Parts: sequence; structure tokens; C-alpha cells
Amino acid sequence: MDEFLIQLLNGLDRGAAYALIALGLTLIFGTLGVVNFAHGALFMIGAFCTVTMQRFLNLSQTVIDDTQKDFLGNPLEVEVPYVQSWFGEAAGLAIQDWSVMLAIFLTIPVMLLVGYVMERGLIRHFYSRPHADQILVTFGLAIIIGEIIKYFYGANPIQTPMPSAFLGTWDMGAAFGLEANSVAYPKWRLVYFFFSALIIAAVFAFLQFTTFGMVVRAGMADRETVGMLGIDIDRRFTIVFGIAACVAGLAGMMYTPILSPHYNIGMDFLVLSFVVVVVGGMGSLPGAVLSGFMLGILQSFASLKVVTNIVPGIDQIIIYLVAIIILLTRPRGLMGRKGVMED
Amino acid sequence: MLGLNSRDTKLLLLVIALVIFAPFLLNPFPTASNLGESFNAGYPALMQRFVIFGLLVIGFNLLFGLTGYLSFGHAAFLGVGSFAAVWMFKLLGYNVLPALVMSTIIAGIFSVMIGYVALRRSGIYFSILTLAFAQMMYSIAYSDLIGKFVGTPITNGETGLQVYASDPQVLQGANAPVLPHLFGLEMNSQTTLAMGGWEFTFQVGYYFAAFFLVLGFYLSIRIFRSPMGLMLRAIKSNQTRMSYTGLNSKPYMLAAFVISGMYAGLAGGLMAAMDPLTGAERMFWTASGEIVVMAILGGAGTLIGPVLGAGMIKYLENIVSKIQKDFLELWFAFLPDWLEAAVVNIIYPFVGKGWHLTLGVMFMLVIIYLPGGMVEGGQRITARFKRKKKTDAPDGAKTPAE
Amino acid sequence: MSKSNFTRRGVLKTGAVAGAALSLPTYLRADGHTGYTNAPGDSGTVKFGFNVPQTGPYAEEGLDELRAQELAVEHINGMGDGGMLNTFSEKNLDGTGILGKKVEFVTGDTQTKSDVARASAQSMIQKDGVIMVNGGSSSGVAVAVQGLCQEAGIIFMAGLTHSNDTTGKDRKANGFRHFFNGYMSGAALGPVLKNEYGTDRRAYHLTADYNWGWTQQESMQASTEAMGWETAEAVLTPVGAGDFSSYIAPVLNSGADTLILNHYGGDMVNSLTQAVQFGLKDKQVNGKDFKIIVPLYSELMAAGAGSNIEGVFGSMNWNWQLQDEGTAAFVKSFGEKYGFPPSGSAHTCYVQTLLYADAVTRAGSFRPCAVAEALEDFQFDGMGNGPTLYRGADHQCFKDVLVMKGKENPSNQYDTLEIVEVTPVEQVTYEPDHPMFGGSDASLGTCNDGA
Repeated sequence: MDEFLIQLLNGLDRGAAYALIALGLTLIFGTLGVVNFAHGALFMIGAFCTVTMQRFLNLSQTVIDDTQKDFLGNPLEVEVPYVQSWFGEAAGLAIQDWSVMLAIFLTIPVMLLVGYVMERGLIRHFYSRPHADQILVTFGLAIIIGEIIKYFYGANPIQTPMPSAFLGTWDMGAAFGLEANSVAYPKWRLVYFFFSALIIAAVFAFLQFTTFGMVVRAGMADRETVGMLGIDIDRRFTIVFGIAACVAGLAGMMYTPILSPHYNIGMDFLVLSFVVVVVGGMGSLPGAVLSGFMLGILQSFASLKVVTNIVPGIDQIIIYLVAIIILLTRPRGLMGRKGVMED
Repeated sequence: MLGLNSRDTKLLLLVIALVIFAPFLLNPFPTASNLGESFNAGYPALMQRFVIFGLLVIGFNLLFGLTGYLSFGHAAFLGVGSFAAVWMFKLLGYNVLPALVMSTIIAGIFSVMIGYVALRRSGIYFSILTLAFAQMMYSIAYSDLIGKFVGTPITNGETGLQVYASDPQVLQGANAPVLPHLFGLEMNSQTTLAMGGWEFTFQVGYYFAAFFLVLGFYLSIRIFRSPMGLMLRAIKSNQTRMSYTGLNSKPYMLAAFVISGMYAGLAGGLMAAMDPLTGAERMFWTASGEIVVMAILGGAGTLIGPVLGAGMIKYLENIVSKIQKDFLELWFAFLPDWLEAAVVNIIYPFVGKGWHLTLGVMFMLVIIYLPGGMVEGGQRITARFKRKKKTDAPDGAKTPAE
Repeated sequence: MSKSNFTRRGVLKTGAVAGAALSLPTYLRADGHTGYTNAPGDSGTVKFGFNVPQTGPYAEEGLDELRAQELAVEHINGMGDGGMLNTFSEKNLDGTGILGKKVEFVTGDTQTKSDVARASAQSMIQKDGVIMVNGGSSSGVAVAVQGLCQEAGIIFMAGLTHSNDTTGKDRKANGFRHFFNGYMSGAALGPVLKNEYGTDRRAYHLTADYNWGWTQQESMQASTEAMGWETAEAVLTPVGAGDFSSYIAPVLNSGADTLILNHYGGDMVNSLTQAVQFGLKDKQVNGKDFKIIVPLYSELMAAGAGSNIEGVFGSMNWNWQLQDEGTAAFVKSFGEKYGFPPSGSAHTCYVQTLLYADAVTRAGSFRPCAVAEALEDFQFDGMGNGPTLYRGADHQCFKDVLVMKGKENPSNQYDTLEIVEVTPVEQVTYEPDHPMFGGSDASLGTCNDGA
């Protein structure tokens, strides 16, 4: 029972990550009708915003300390971060400690900019091209972004610790009246879960309750008519692309303490996020969220011992298996609309 | 000739000439020179890859180029073919013929099963279905999940499947070579011709694989020109209209998918025949992506494009990835120092370990400016060239690139 | 297609003719055919092939190997300060190259994929004419390239490869491994773990689902069970899973008090980080502190895992903090050239290159079988690992193994691990026909000189 509860939590947490990535991807499908294979790269850029923020806060001046020796026996060069020399050691350390959260101030502008440049500079020219071309050009872009990141940050995964306030686990079991320590879950993962829920809610609220969102939704349903009403739908869609990039970037930014970022992390998430989106139904935002959670939970349950005892290795293929079954029984995914992406 | 019109015959003869004289064409620089050490590609292992991947992409093009169905899981059939071939080596012996037959058949069976299911959907749904199947097969092979059921390694996981001395090899004669061979003719036997500073290597394995490339190319011309090819192209231009006219496109699609899968299986079998060890990683989705990249880069839907694209990518992967900084410094040594440093620093990120960057940039440029790939590029150049010579501009650029 | 029969026969005929032509006696090269692949003949140089991952997840490790290999070539050719040549027990290499030939090298990118690695090695052998291939950062690649070198008639000096199979069931007469292996890790860690954590523990294994992981788990299980530990569960995890949480979560309530992570590289960084996030390090089970063990450590992975490795035990082939003079000489010349200490994989590639060069001088020839004979049962010292034996029966080096622990308060970015114990070689030695190494079926085959 406890094991079951933990895997349920784990599935929700995993699903939140999937849903968040799929949401951004679906926003782009739904509005622009573009299949964006560079979405994983956007996720990665977000993750590297955290790394950059961390590096920035750790920018140091070098002081030579004669009392200590380095590995070659020369006097040790001690690095003192500027933040610590400016704000005092305690405050400086606190600021560094929260670098993952502080990265939000870097991630949002960077992602909006990247999204804007990408849409105006590249994607715009591919609206009328076949989906295969869109897939391929964004795939090429993803390779290039990955290589640029590798050039500057190397290929090794980079450790990005979470704020120390979120270290350790929260004893969920005790809070709900179960035996102490039976269901304990890492605090940061719970933070990630609520963060995802917040962003998903924000995106939905934005589309549902603002005039801008209303226009965008109208544009998703019938672009031509909205255009004929004299609304500059293209400009709005550019902004939506920026928002989608932001969602992907934030997902990557907050994920860094869980998964140390490296230049290929985007490619690792790419296939998965596409499966999630397709299972949810192309262009359906609720579908993307639903299928994200569903696949996350299924994957967690598939790694339960009782399951793997019956079918060894099922945890490795469950996502693809479910995707195949769903696509064959529900041709347009869970909540897909007719006629989207079928040409 | 052979049921081809004169233009196709010329193309076929061109391909035959290219593969026969490849050892010369790919070694334009003297062997010991700096340029030769860096840019010569006429060594057997790479030439084998040129023709095997050429064959693979020709097969892929029969599906993608003709019907527009983008399979993102084609590498799975390549892998299946390789595994089948190595199993034949293990069970029967090192003769390549049974291995190639079996790899083609097994890949055919897999493609019938996957094709039957995946072709029930179109567009991106089809792509994701093939991707899902391929990734599933990759996971199964990489962790040898079947082997865990059966109790004996089937794919031998990450280390890859290879032939051991303790394998049965029931048909292996006492004096037969312990390397892949065709009735005693060893795949890796070769002869070297030295002419001046040049050395040219002719290898049995390469010509054996090249024979299948030519055969595959010929078949692909015939399919392009057949009523079935027409039908497949109709699917690409408008499947709905086609079904309104009462034609059932399904059998044609499935046939195209299976033929294309069998090409991949044969290519996989040939890879094993050249090098009798195979691993799951050649089934990973990026390997499938590479096939797509090759097809697009060369020119999807054209006859010669796939061969060019495959050659281009393999050249980049094997030649450009080996260029080191000191090579660059050597080439640009004639420049003034500051300029040399600048030039080297600009080029260096694109070669050696950064060759992926070159690939990405080239790929994007081709998709943006040359949707028809290298074939279209070639046509545009010839068209411009001809226009300069004569005043009457030919319609070269507009003719479908076949 | 109706006429394809006709064509096939036609082309088959030409193929047969071409085949017959090719089976004619091989044209002899002008530079003398001395009966083995890529014989350097009377040219003044000889070429090595350094085949390391330069792209992909192990790129950093591969590039570090490449630095060490470059350094080794410099030292063989008499440039730089000579490094370990000054401390090496054999004094045949005098800085004039090998047998009077200067060493050159070519590099290739394995991408940590067997296919690519083989393609790259083939290109080195066929195009660049290398006499030896060295490097690599994974066992799958090592086994694949080793097989290729065996067929081509080239010596393969393995880089970082830790699976038992490399010199176990997949051992080859032309392949040599200096690096230690899974069995040695288990054998070295066992006694230390017994001292530190006692004999009454329940271990939970998370194992990367591929050959290295399997042999590593097998070895750890054997050595921990031998000292009385129980194995609570052994769970296979997909390679490159990224998020290991669904495998780590069940550990909490399994009743196990020790977690053994049979992961390497990025997987190890992620699984360890996530295990720490699940509070495993602060947990108490059965009245004991919960402990995590990572059998195989590397500096780069330790850096990737940051503070999470504090207090975690593991093993290494070599570490730059060793105090012997061989290590000091190597760390000095590497550090002065590149500005940071060398990694364990850099060390193994450096040593392998020197060992090969030395074996050639002792054999007096580059002929692979002669070199192999010189390496077999060769005993040496002064290469950082103490007295070492290259065993002839399986081409595995036998030497001391380091048991490491993640340092509690690292003073700088390279000071992530500390040496807990140097396990003497006797304790990690096994018979060549040990069941974990292919048993009595395993054989090197015969040495191949190639064409």
C-alpha cells in the first residue's frame, strides 16, 4: 500500500513534468500549426539559464592564499565570489543558495527573446511548408543549439543544487495519519509539482479569461476568419510562441536540481514529449495535460515490483506501448480534434 | 535498356560507373600528402558504408519520397536485419548468402506487422507510431528483454551480438574462412594498386555491397516508373481524392512500406556481412533521424538523391570529424600569423569534435533554401550554367528531379 | 521488374569476373610487405590511433584521454619532461621514438557507440595505417573495437572499460586492458565495507540494464554476500533513464539499509543526486544509518554529482592524489601542460600508450604477435599503481585497487574524492577461468598479425 502511494506521488510528479513540456509543444501546434522539434532545445536553454545564473552568482575574484597549496604545490588561489564580498558572506551565501529560483529573472526574458527570434526568424517561413519540413528544420536547429551549448558549457552534466531549504523529504504519510516515514517524498519534487500545476493553471487562465486569450483561441479554431475581422493574429501568435518557449524554459529551469543539465538533455526529452502530445491529441491543451499525467503515472506503476515480476522490462517500454494502443483505438489521441495534423 | 528509358539508363550507368570507380574518385589526393591524409575517403570501410547507407536510403525514399509518409523508425529494420544476419552466422556459418536472405525476410516480416498497424494512421500520427515501435524495439534489444525471457542472449544487450568459436555453425566447412565470405571468397580480401603517390584499394566486400546498391537502385527506378509508383505518388499529392475515385490505397502503402523495410533489412544484413558484430544502438531513434536527414539532404523523391545524401553524411561523419586543430594550422600556415589564428579559430568549432554543428547548419540551409536537396542544388547550377551558354533557358529547374 | 532476373544474372556474371580479378595475388606495396597489417616499413614514423569519445555523454572523459595520449606521444618522442618514463621500471624508451621511429597519431570520435567506434577504428587502420588503437570510455565500445582489431591484425590497448567481459568471455589475443574491472571493484570494496558498516546489512541494488551493469552487480553481490550481507532486491534500470525516482522510491520501504548504485556516467550522477533527494542519506533503517555505495568512481562524475558524493564509498583504478613518484611525475607534467590534474581514464590511456611503446622496443618489432608476447606476463613498476602484472592468460593487468570516499569538505574543485585504502593486488586476483569471466569456455584465440 505504501509503495503504491509513493508510486502514485511519483507518477503525479513525473506527469507534471511531462505535462508541462507537452503543454508548450501543444500551444505551438494549436496556434501556429508547426511541429517544433526544437522544443527539447528550449527546455535545455531554460535549464542552462539556471546554470548561467549559478555561474554568475559565483563569479569570483582570485585571492592568492600562501598558507594553502594546490595539487602542484604552488600557493593556492582562493576564489571569493563577488556576491559574498559585496553583500557579506551570509547574505551572499543565501543568494547563491537560491540561484535556481533566482534564475527565473533570467529565464523569462531569455526565453521570450529566444521564442520571438525563433518565430520571426525561422518558423514564420515554414507555415506553408509541409510538416515534414517543419520537423526537419527544427530538428536541425535543435542540433545547432545543442552544439552551441556544448561549446560553452562542455558535455559533462553540471550539478545545480536546489535551495537548502528544500533539501530532504516531507513525511506525507504522517501528515495524512499514516505511520511515520512510510510515505516520505522529496520536498523539491513536491515544489516542482506545485510549480507545474501553477504554470498550467496560469496558461489556461490566460487563454480562458483574457481578451488576448480569447482572440488566440478564436485564431486556433479558425485563423482566417479572425484575420478577416481585422485582427493581427500573426503578431499574437508570435507572442504565444514566446509564451510556449517560456513554459518550456521554466520547466527546464526548475528541473535542474532533479536532473543535472547537459547539452543533450533536450534530445532526451524530445521523443517523450512528442509521444505525450500525440497521445493527448494534437492541438488539445487539456489533452496534453491529461496524457502527461496519465503516462507519468502509468510509467511509475509499471516499475512496481509486482508488475515487473510478471512482465520484466515493461517499465522500459510502457510509454510506447500505451501510445500505440491509444493511437489505434482513438485515432486522434485522447482529446484530439478532427483534421489537425492529418495531412 | 532493361526496360528503362534512355534517361534512366544513363542514370543507372552513371551509378554503376560511380561505384566501380569509387576507389579512384574518392582518393583524389596522393596518399601521403596532407590533403590526402585529411580528405581521401577511398578506403574500404568507408566505401562500404557509402553503398550500404545508399541502399538503405534508396529504400527509405521509396516510402517517404513517393508517398510522403515520414517513417521515424526505419533504423529498427536495419537493426533487425543485422541481428538476423549475425544469428545466421552463429547458427549456419559465415557464408553471407543465407544471412542476407534471412535478414531481408525477417525485416520484411517485421515491416508487415508494423506497417499494418502504423499505416492505419497518417501524417504525424504515422511518424510517431513508427517512432514508438522503433524505440520499443530498441529498448528490447538494448536490454535484451527477449533474452531474459528465453534464458539465452538474443541481442546480447549493449555489448552487441557477435560470433563465438563455441557457436554451432552447422554448415561451416572445416576449411571455410572464419570471416564472412561468399562461397570461400572472403569479404575483407583486398588488393592494393600503387600508382605514383596514390594507392587504391579494391575490396571484395565493397564490390559485393556495391552490387546490391546497383540492384537496389535499378529496382527503385523500376518502381518509380511502374503503375504502382504512380499510385504511391497519387497518395502523396492527395490521398482523399484517390480514395474517392474508388481506389484502395492501403495495399499500395503497405507494399511500399514492406519493400522499404526489406531494403533496410538487406542493408542491415550487408553491414553484418562486412563486419560481423551488431548492436542495438543502430536502432536508436537518432539513427532513424539520420536516415531522414540523408534522404532530405540528397533530395527526397529523386532517384539519385538518397545515394548522394548518404554519401555526404557518412563523409562528414568519418572525415570532417577527424580534422584536428593542427591540421588546420598546417593548411593556413601560408597566411600571416594573426589571420591564420583568426581563420583557424573560426573554422575549428565546425570540424573535429564540432562536426555536428556543420551537420546542423548544412541541414538547416538545405531545408530552408533547397527543399529538393542536393539534386535541386545541382539542377539550379546546371540551369544557370546552361542559361549563360544559350539564350533559351531550359526548364531544367522545373522538371521533377528524377 | 519483370526483367530483373535477366539483369541480376548479368550483373552477377560481372560480379564473378570482378571477384576473380580481385582474388588474384595481392599487389605488393613498394614500402615492403613485412607480413603484418600496417607495417611501418622503412619510413621514419609510426602511427597510433587514439579512438575516444569526443561527442556524446562521455565527451569530457574522452577529451581528457586524448590529452594524456598526446602527452604520452610527446614523452616517447623526447619532448616535455618525460613524465612517467623517468619512473617506469623499464628503461628502453629513451625519447627517440620507438625503434628509431617518431610517433605520430590520428584521432577519432567513438561517440560512445559501438558502430561509430568501429567505423572510426576501421578508418584509422585502413586509411591512416595505424599500428595500434588505444582509448575509449565504455565496455561495449571496447569489446566491439577489440574484436575489430583482432580481425584486422592490430594491437588494441583498451582505455576505460570496467566490465568483466572485456578480458572475460570477450577477451581477445590482440586486446589488452590496463584498467581494473567489476570483480576487482567488488573484491576491493568488500573488506572496507565490512569494517565500516559491519556484516549485517541488507543491500538494495539499482543496476544499469546492460552488460557492464550486470557484471558489476554480480561482482558486488558476490563480494557482499560473502561477508554476510543480504541482498534485499536487485532492480534493473533503463540506461539513460534520467529520472530514477520510480526506482528509488521503493527503496524507502524495502527494509534495505544500503543502496548500491551500479551506474556510471550521467546515470550515476542522476541516480545518486536523486537518491540523496529522497533523503536516503539521512535515513535510519534497522537501527543503522542508511548508506549509499557507488562501486565505480570517476573524477568527472564526482564533479557532476557535487556534494552528493560526500561519504559515499567507491573504487578507482588510479587517482592523482597517490603519493608514489610515478604518479607525482605524471601529475606534474600533465598539470603543467593543461592546468588541472589528470583523471583516471587519462592515466590508463597514458600508461597503455607507454606500455605498448615499451613492449615494441623489447620485442624489437612492431609485429602484433611479437608485441603481444612481450606484453604477456610482463611485470613492471613505477606507473602509479605499484608493481603490476600484465597476465598472459587473459591480458588483464593486476595491480592494487583504490577504495575511495567522497570527501566531506573539499578544499577545491579537484579535491572531491579521498583515498581510503589501497587494496593490495593479492586480494583482487582471480583465476583466468573464473565463472564470472566466461569460465573455462573463454579463450583468447590466436594472435593475428593481419595481412
